[in-house]
Amino acid sequence: MSSTILVVEQVSRRFGGIVAVDDVTLALKQGEIVALIGPNGAGKTTLVNTITGVLHASSGRIRFQDVDVTAQRPFEAARRGIARTFQVVQPFPRMTVLQNVAAGALFGGKLASVAEATEAAREQLEFTGLSAFADRPASALTLAGRKRLELAKSMAMQPKLLLLDEVNAGLNASEIDGALRLIRQIAERGVTILVIEHLMKVVLSLAERVLVLHHGELIAEGSANDIVRDQRVIEAYLGEKFARRASAANPKFAQRTQQ
Amino acid sequence: MTATQRNCLIFALWVMALAATPLWASNYIVRLAITIAMYTSLTLSWNFIGGFTGYPSFSTAAFFGLGCYAGALSQRAGMPMPLAWAIATLFVGAFAAALGAIILRLRGHYFAIGSIGIVEVVRLIVSSWGSLTGGGDGLNLPLLGGGPNAVARIFLGVMLAIMVVTFIVTVIVDRSRLGFGLRCIEQNEDAADMVGINTVRYKVTAYTLSALLCGTVGAAYASWTGYIDPNDSFSIIMTIKVPVMCMLGGPGSVLGPVVGTAAFMLLEEVFWANFLDYNRAILGAVIVVLIFFLPGGLLALSYRDLVARLAGTSRGKKVPKKVPT
Repeated sequence: MSSTILVVEQVSRRFGGIVAVDDVTLALKQGEIVALIGPNGAGKTTLVNTITGVLHASSGRIRFQDVDVTAQRPFEAARRGIARTFQVVQPFPRMTVLQNVAAGALFGGKLASVAEATEAAREQLEFTGLSAFADRPASALTLAGRKRLELAKSMAMQPKLLLLDEVNAGLNASEIDGALRLIRQIAERGVTILVIEHLMKVVLSLAERVLVLHHGELIAEGSANDIVRDQRVIEAYLGEKFARRASAANPKFAQRTQQ
Repeated sequence: MTATQRNCLIFALWVMALAATPLWASNYIVRLAITIAMYTSLTLSWNFIGGFTGYPSFSTAAFFGLGCYAGALSQRAGMPMPLAWAIATLFVGAFAAALGAIILRLRGHYFAIGSIGIVEVVRLIVSSWGSLTGGGDGLNLPLLGGGPNAVARIFLGVMLAIMVVTFIVTVIVDRSRLGFGLRCIEQNEDAADMVGINTVRYKVTAYTLSALLCGTVGAAYASWTGYIDPNDSFSIIMTIKVPVMCMLGGPGSVLGPVVGTAAFMLLEEVFWANFLDYNRAILGAVIVVLIFFLPGGLLALSYRDLVARLAGTSRGKKVPKKVPT
């Protein structure tokens, strides 16, 4: 049995009267790829923010490798080995691509010197296929390039857990295939990955397990194939009326979902 | 030759040029050299927070003024001059570290306003606390003996020494983990945090570094002039001039503050001498020109491009037509 790396226990996060994350409990096992899906505004990014310390949980507890990290700050999360990419990419725009990745290696990867970090960064650029752009400013990259840069920077931090927040949003089909290959290679290195994703193609091809968030609540959990047939998930995405119509049109389908 | 070696060489030549002024020039020029050395230290200090970290601090005059008073009061209490300077340095450093933890929660314009407020608050405290500071009457300090020439030479040496120390600290920070982290904060503070940088600690360190040697400069200035008062020590003009000098040269670079201070002081000297009535207006114009045309400072200009462009325009528009397509 593989060990559990991250435990989220009954975590809620409120913004005034709005409950963005409502009593969520989940666990990630060492080395697995899990997808977190849900309609816009479901609280996916807020949940990631509470895990990485950008926001603090209003209630509940988060444990990472058996250490209580509920109140950690983002830089502490990074040093513990929790890396993330942002939905809206966050490069250091006027630094070179190489320096961007070196920053990850130096501070997150806890390397001793700038020179060592630069060496480590070159390896990551090789890995992510960005070597040709090493000396260009980060702002000169295309969107796909910047998403790759986010991945390279995160990998330079030597993470144990990688949270990918819509790393494929805005990419074209061939770019997505490239990104998928990269994510699989990262997983092969033993990094636990939580992908937040809208694209079902990505979810179905990557995730061993899928979590579905709706109005801040975890409404379903299971394999990707089960999840796409789950009545509550269909309702969350299409609305109740459409979901009913879909089942009416296809009774066999409805039967299966009601079990 | 690496960029660092080149920077150090240029700096060393400039220090020697300033140090040589007593050998050939009048006391007026020597005084100008002392002032340049003094402002170079202040500008290099400001560069830590304003240049590397990108936080527009206007606290320089508060640090300088507190250094003046801490040094003056120590000296009046009977301490030898160098010890008084050391006390002023530590006092101002501790003041900035304590204050930084509070004020660095602000970002951007709010930080700028907060930092300029500090100058006024400290000035008001110093001028109201008459029993300790002499209030608006100021404080007298024991003057050094040996005549004006000898005194000028001593303080030229002292100010140049402080300037060299500030430069060395800058070179070290520039190449270190600290400098790298500060540059990350300057470009994207949230991303810096996510990458594992303890942004609060880094910013407080930068703010403290930006204050420390300003304290020494202030104390040395007080000993040099022999008299300080609140308006002279906590001058708003100084607090604005220092960032302008740094931006003129190139914020965040090692040599930028040195070049900017030299260029600004020499320009100012020309304007003071020739346009006594308008020199402040000209300072304003320099700031406007900086913002519009030189956002990266003098060192960020590509002089090769500039020369090529000037040469191109002087030859008229026929030049591009000769290029085969």
